[in-house]
Amino acid sequence: MPDQKLFIGSHAPYWHNGSSISAKSYHTMLAALPAVVLGIWQYGAPALGVLALSVSCAMIWELIMNIAMKRPASIGDGNAAVIGLLFAMLLPATTPWWAVVAGTFVAVVIGKQIFGGIGCNPLNPALVAIAILMLSWKSMLDFNSALVNYEFSFNMVYPLAAIKGFGASAVSDYSTAGLLMGQQPGGIGTTFGLGLIIGGLYLMLRGHIRWEISLSFLASVFVTALLFNLSDPDKYANPVFHLLTGYTLIGAFFLATEDSSSPVNFVPMLLYGALAGILTVLIRNIGAFVDGVVFAILMMNVANPLLDKIRPKAMGKGIKHA
Amino acid sequence: MIKRPFFSLGKPKLKYPVNDTEEQDVIRVTPIPGRVTFFLEDPYERNEGLLIKPGDKIKTGQKLKLTEDDKDYVISSVTGTIAGISQYKGYLGKTYAAISIDTADEEQWDDKFKEGCQKPTLENSLEFLGCLPGDTGFIPILDTHSPLNTIIINGVDKDILVSTNRLIVQTETDNLKTGIEYLREITGAGEIMITVPPELASQAGETGADVKVIEPIYPNTLPEIIMKSILGKTPPADKTWEEAGVGLINAEAVVAFSNAFTKGQIPVSKLLTVINKDHTTVHVRARVGTHVKEILATLDIETHHGDQLVLGGPMTGHALYSEDLPILSDTDAIMANDKDNVVFPSDCHCINCGECVRACPARIPVNMLIRVLENDLYEEAAREYDLLSCIECGLCSYVCTARIPIFHYIMLGKYEFARIETAEESNA
Ligand code: SF4
Ligand code: SF4
Repeated sequence: MPDQKLFIGSHAPYWHNGSSISAKSYHTMLAALPAVVLGIWQYGAPALGVLALSVSCAMIWELIMNIAMKRPASIGDGNAAVIGLLFAMLLPATTPWWAVVAGTFVAVVIGKQIFGGIGCNPLNPALVAIAILMLSWKSMLDFNSALVNYEFSFNMVYPLAAIKGFGASAVSDYSTAGLLMGQQPGGIGTTFGLGLIIGGLYLMLRGHIRWEISLSFLASVFVTALLFNLSDPDKYANPVFHLLTGYTLIGAFFLATEDSSSPVNFVPMLLYGALAGILTVLIRNIGAFVDGVVFAILMMNVANPLLDKIRPKAMGKGIKHA
Repeated sequence: MIKRPFFSLGKPKLKYPVNDTEEQDVIRVTPIPGRVTFFLEDPYERNEGLLIKPGDKIKTGQKLKLTEDDKDYVISSVTGTIAGISQYKGYLGKTYAAISIDTADEEQWDDKFKEGCQKPTLENSLEFLGCLPGDTGFIPILDTHSPLNTIIINGVDKDILVSTNRLIVQTETDNLKTGIEYLREITGAGEIMITVPPELASQAGETGADVKVIEPIYPNTLPEIIMKSILGKTPPADKTWEEAGVGLINAEAVVAFSNAFTKGQIPVSKLLTVINKDHTTVHVRARVGTHVKEILATLDIETHHGDQLVLGGPMTGHALYSEDLPILSDTDAIMANDKDNVVFPSDCHCINCGECVRACPARIPVNMLIRVLENDLYEEAAREYDLLSCIECGLCSYVCTARIPIFHYIMLGKYEFARIETAEESNA
C-alpha cells in the first residue's frame, strides 16, 4: 500500500468522561485531609509518623505483591495509599511502628492482593487490618490507655468507653459542638466530626462515593440510637452522641463506601447502610465491643454479594444481531 | 469531549450541543470522486459465478446484485466501470463484497426505475428502494405480513453531535410530507409518528405525522428509549420490532423515498454530519460510496497517522483503519478524533464503583456482567446478567472509572452468544 496513513482502531465509545481510579483515590485523600490535619495538629509528630509510615508501608506492600504476582505495578492508582491512609486514621497516635507495618500487611496483602487486587476484595482492607489488631492486641486500640500521656483542655476519656462503663450521665460533658470540633480522644483521623462531614459531603457531591450508603448508614445509626435512648435515657446515650463519636463518621463516608465490598444497586445500598447502622448501635449498646462500626461494616461486607442480587428487572428486549 | 460534571450524583446527561451558527444550514457538496466503493452483504464469500465482473459498465441508479437469486442489492451512485470486486470483513465479522467503480466523465442514468415505477407501490419499492440513503429499516417496514400499527420516523439523530436527520426535518419539510403520504398509502400503517427535538416541533407538525418531542439528551435518542417513551413499551426479547408491530425509519430515508417518485430517480447521495477534531460540525452531501478521504478533503479537514476516524458518532460509531473506505447508505456521520484525544482502554479490572450501573438505561448489572464476560462466560452472561437487554448505548464504557472497554466486551459477548446458539440449533 503506497499510503501508510493508518488510524487507530478501537471500539465505541470514542469519548470518556475523564474519570479514573487514580483521580478517585486522590479525591478521597483530599477529602480526608481536614480530619487528618486536625489529628496531626492535636497529637503532633507521633500522629504524623503513624500516618506517613502507614501510607508508605501500604504502598510498599502493594509493590511487593505486584512483583511477586507478576502484575503491572499498580501503586500509581493510589488505592494502596488510600488504604494506608484510612488505616492510619483509625489508629491512636501512639501506635507502635511494628503494629503499623503488620496492619498494612494485613490490609494490603491479606485484605486485598490475595483476592486478586483492586476490585476483588470482598471485605474492606483497612477494616480487616483494624479488626485483626483489635482482636490480637486489644489494649493497643483502647484509646484511654493509648492516649494517657496526652493532656488537652477537654475530657480525655474515650466517649464510647465511658458510656459503656458508666451510662449516659458519664458523657454529659461532651458537647455536640465540642465533638464536631474534635474535642474527644480517638483515632488520628476520626475525631474531627466537622472535617469528616465536609470531606464526606465533598465525596458524595462529586460522586466518588455512593451517597445512598453513607446517608442510610447515618440515618439508621440515628434512629436505632434514638430508640435505645427513648427506652432508657439513663443507660443509653442520645443519637447525636452516637453519630459524632467513635468511627461513625469515618465509617459512613470512608469505610462503608469502599467500592469493592459494598453494593451498587439502589435498594441494596440502602439496606446495606441501614443494616450496618443498626448493627453498629447494637454492638455498642449491648455487644461486647466498645465501638461497633468495624464489625458492623465487615459483617455487611460479607452479606454484600447476597444483598446486591436485589436489583431491578432489565429492559425487556435484546437487539437482534445476525 | 463531554467531561464528568463537577457535581455528579445521578446518571450522566449528555446534552446535544446546540449549534446556532449560520454554518449549520450550509450543506457542502463533495464532487463525484474518481472511485467509489460499495459494500454488498455476502455471507457466502463467493468469488465465482457472479453477475457482475471487473470491466462492466455501470450507470448511475443501476441495481447491482451478485447473483440472480440474491435478495440483497446495492444501487450504484455513479456511472463508470467496475474496477474490482474483493472481499471485506466488517464489524462483528460480517462479510461483504466490496465493489469498486472507477467513475466516468459523463453521468448517465439507468432508466429502469423511471420506466417501471410511475407511482409508489409496495412491489416497486421493494424492488428498487432497498438501500435508500439514510435507510436503516425501510425493507423490514415494507416486508411484513400484517400491516404495522405504528411507524416512527426519526427526526432526531441517535448519536451525540450528529444532526443529519434533524437538518432534514428542518430543510425538507415538504418532501417529508409527501414521503409520509406515500408511506401511509403503501404500508397501510395505522399511525405515523415523527420524533423531533423541541425546536422543530411546530415545523414537524406540517408533515401530517403525529409529532413526538424528544429532549435531545443522550441516551433518550436511542430507538429503544424512544419506543419506550412514546409508546410505553419495549418489544419482548425474542421478537423484532416489526413483529411487535412497530417500524422505525430515518427522516432522510422518507425524504429519499418521496424524491425517488417525484423526480423519477433513485436518490444516490447521502447527507452527513462531519464532526471535526474540535467538535465543530459541518454538513456535507456526497454520493454513497465516496471514500472518507474525499469528504475530508472537501472540508479541509486534515488527519494524520495515528488519529482516529469513525463512521458514526462518538458513542456508537465504528472506527476505520484507513481513509480509503467508503461511506455507506446508512452512514449518518464521520468523526475525526485527534490522536491526543483517543481514549485508550485499560486492562485493569472492575473496581465495582457502580458508575456503569447508574448510567445504564437498560438497568443491566454491568459490574457483574463485565466480570462474566471477561471470563468468556457468554451463556451465563445472557442468562443471568441480561446481556441481551443491552441497547448498545456505550454509556457504561464512557463512565467506567477503570476505563474498561465494556461496550466492546458486550458486543463480543453478543456475537459469541449468537454463535453458540446457532451451533446448538444446528446440532439439535
Ligand atoms: S451499552 Fe448496554 S450495558 Fe452499557 S450502558 Fe448501554 S445499555 Fe447498559
Ligand atoms: S464503571 Fe467500570 S469499574 Fe465501575 S463498576 Fe462499572 S465496570 Fe466496574
